[in-house]
Amino acid sequence: MRELYLGVDVGSWSTKAVLIDGQRRPVGKGIRRSGVDLARATEECRAEALAAAGARAEDIRRAIATGFGRDAVAFANGFRTEISCHARGAFHHFPGEMTVVDIGGQDSKVIRVGAQGRHMSFRMNRKCAAGTGAFLEETAIKLSVPSEKLSELAARSTKRIQLGSFCTVFTSTEILGLIRRGERVEDIARGLLASVAARIVEMEPLSGTVVLTGGVIAHQPFLKEIFEQDHGLRVLVPPDPQFIGALGAALYAAD
Amino acid sequence: MPAARVEIKASAELKRVMAAYYEEIRQAAEEGKGKVAWCTSVGPAEILYALGFRVYFPENHGAMLGAARLSSSLIPAANSIGYSPDICSYLTSDIGAYLKGETPLKKAYGLKSIPRPDVLVYNTNQCRDVQDWFSFYQREFNVPLVGVSTPHPVPELGEAHVRAVEAQLESLIEPLEKVAGTKLDTAELRKVVALSRECSDLWGRVLRTGAHIPSPISFFDGCIHMGPAVVLRGRKEAVEYYKILLAELEGRIKDGVAAVPGERIRLYWEGMPVWGRLRDLSELCISLRACFVVSTYCNSWIFDELDPSRPLESMARAYTKLFINRTEQIKEAYIRELVREFKVHGVVFHDSKTCPNNANSRYGMPRRLAGAGIPTLTFNGDLCDLRLYSDAQVRTSLEAFVEQLTGSAGAQEAKGRGQERP
Repeated sequence: MRELYLGVDVGSWSTKAVLIDGQRRPVGKGIRRSGVDLARATEECRAEALAAAGARAEDIRRAIATGFGRDAVAFANGFRTEISCHARGAFHHFPGEMTVVDIGGQDSKVIRVGAQGRHMSFRMNRKCAAGTGAFLEETAIKLSVPSEKLSELAARSTKRIQLGSFCTVFTSTEILGLIRRGERVEDIARGLLASVAARIVEMEPLSGTVVLTGGVIAHQPFLKEIFEQDHGLRVLVPPDPQFIGALGAALYAAD
Repeated sequence: MPAARVEIKASAELKRVMAAYYEEIRQAAEEGKGKVAWCTSVGPAEILYALGFRVYFPENHGAMLGAARLSSSLIPAANSIGYSPDICSYLTSDIGAYLKGETPLKKAYGLKSIPRPDVLVYNTNQCRDVQDWFSFYQREFNVPLVGVSTPHPVPELGEAHVRAVEAQLESLIEPLEKVAGTKLDTAELRKVVALSRECSDLWGRVLRTGAHIPSPISFFDGCIHMGPAVVLRGRKEAVEYYKILLAELEGRIKDGVAAVPGERIRLYWEGMPVWGRLRDLSELCISLRACFVVSTYCNSWIFDELDPSRPLESMARAYTKLFINRTEQIKEAYIRELVREFKVHGVVFHDSKTCPNNANSRYGMPRRLAGAGIPTLTFNGDLCDLRLYSDAQVRTSLEAFVEQLTGSAGAQEAKGRGQERP
């Protein structure tokens, strides 16, 4: 029997699973939309990760669940918050002091990680869509583009547009005005991504090494350039940034 | 496995005391046995009790509406007549309840409705909202509205501050005598102030038991048991009650009974309670073995300046010196002192959306405390309006804060910690 450890991150938008072996090497992963049946999403993610690793459920020694829907993971042996898990997962790739910025579907977090990998402090966004994936989902509709195209469009931007509002509804109205004014979709798309970055920077002064994790950076890779260009930050993005929370949970499972 | 949580036995007596208090108000309002004065929670209750009024505190009603989770359905009624959803949700809950003819006092204490006031008395030492709140009822009931406009925010309490408030207290006496139909007896006022001070001292001793490790009382217990200190200070019933509660808590210390069994993390609650989530948050803390051992909120009914030999002057001092009425610098120094005295691991700020005056995270205090080595957490919520509160966010924040404080996020330190599935 193999010695595997599973981390499952049940987020508001998607559920992710990462399987690691005894040497803490990722051997399989799975992802599903969280949808309305969280139990099914977690089961399917586990099955996908096991299939990728060519392993069986009995090979899993321990499973840790994280994310807002962590209670739904029936097979979990324990729980951790996503704050600890993102810190742990990011530290696995970039050992050292850093600030982890996790931007998810419904929330965003700024997590200070110490030189030993401990999360020293954290800030969460207010109860508001600003600075989250939900903001991009909603505003992309006004541009008549799928949200995952925003990054590609923004990369072709030639003009910086600063959106005046941080409210998702007000921004949608503002976009209509920009379109009427004849602004290009590429420039508005960059403005939307820049708005997300601006909301993060407002939460906490960022300095040193910034590591971006979560679903938004996975789908909007140009956000890295925006943090660097607009805010002068040194930004790192780990492989599979959307799976960092699940990886952190798997690492806890292996402790 | 920590021992099971032990309920505070004095709760039964608390229920009896509060029921008797409301029965007196009911008799005054519904059977004409006495006059009813409405008073803000840190208003000049001693003068009112000395004049023989039955004293009703709308803020207590606001808290009841919040605790009963009725506010979210009542606030829109107040919004619709022009009271913004951004102002005090005690105010909007209470006015909404009035407009809809609803009150938990019916079921809990047998009142037909909120008691009709004969006079309304406020003190703006907490906020301006109380004055606007009572102004609404002045128009509704066409009764006198009198009050004190306290200087705000007060740095070191100066004689000018005290004189200004004392003069206003004096000026209340004549109009209040007119409504009461009797003259204020100075000896009676001294007696009431003495009882108020005694209540305050006992309440202070009750709360200071939280400095013991493990704490026999949590902030959530305090929110429930503060009732008499708010509504019955100046009356012997409150004094008697806190003697009972204090004896029980001292017994708990002797017997090693903790409010949170297996207490491992000691926290400070800063800001207003989330009335509709007291139980949930209490249970969450028990599961995390984290205890809120001290709060500014419960401490706000400790009035150590009250002095029966100088009743009005000491009331002016006590009610102006209130935490909520002070400058940021004084508040910060106060919090730091309590962190030290209560051996607190971290401070949790409740940024209550509709209570800006008692949301103390908005002018940089959490960062300043963190800079001084005191870990802090700020969460968004509200005292009554649960539409402004996210269960999932607050739970994750508190759990992550406890993980942070226990060092469980550390790669080397995680083993054996965190929340295991039973």
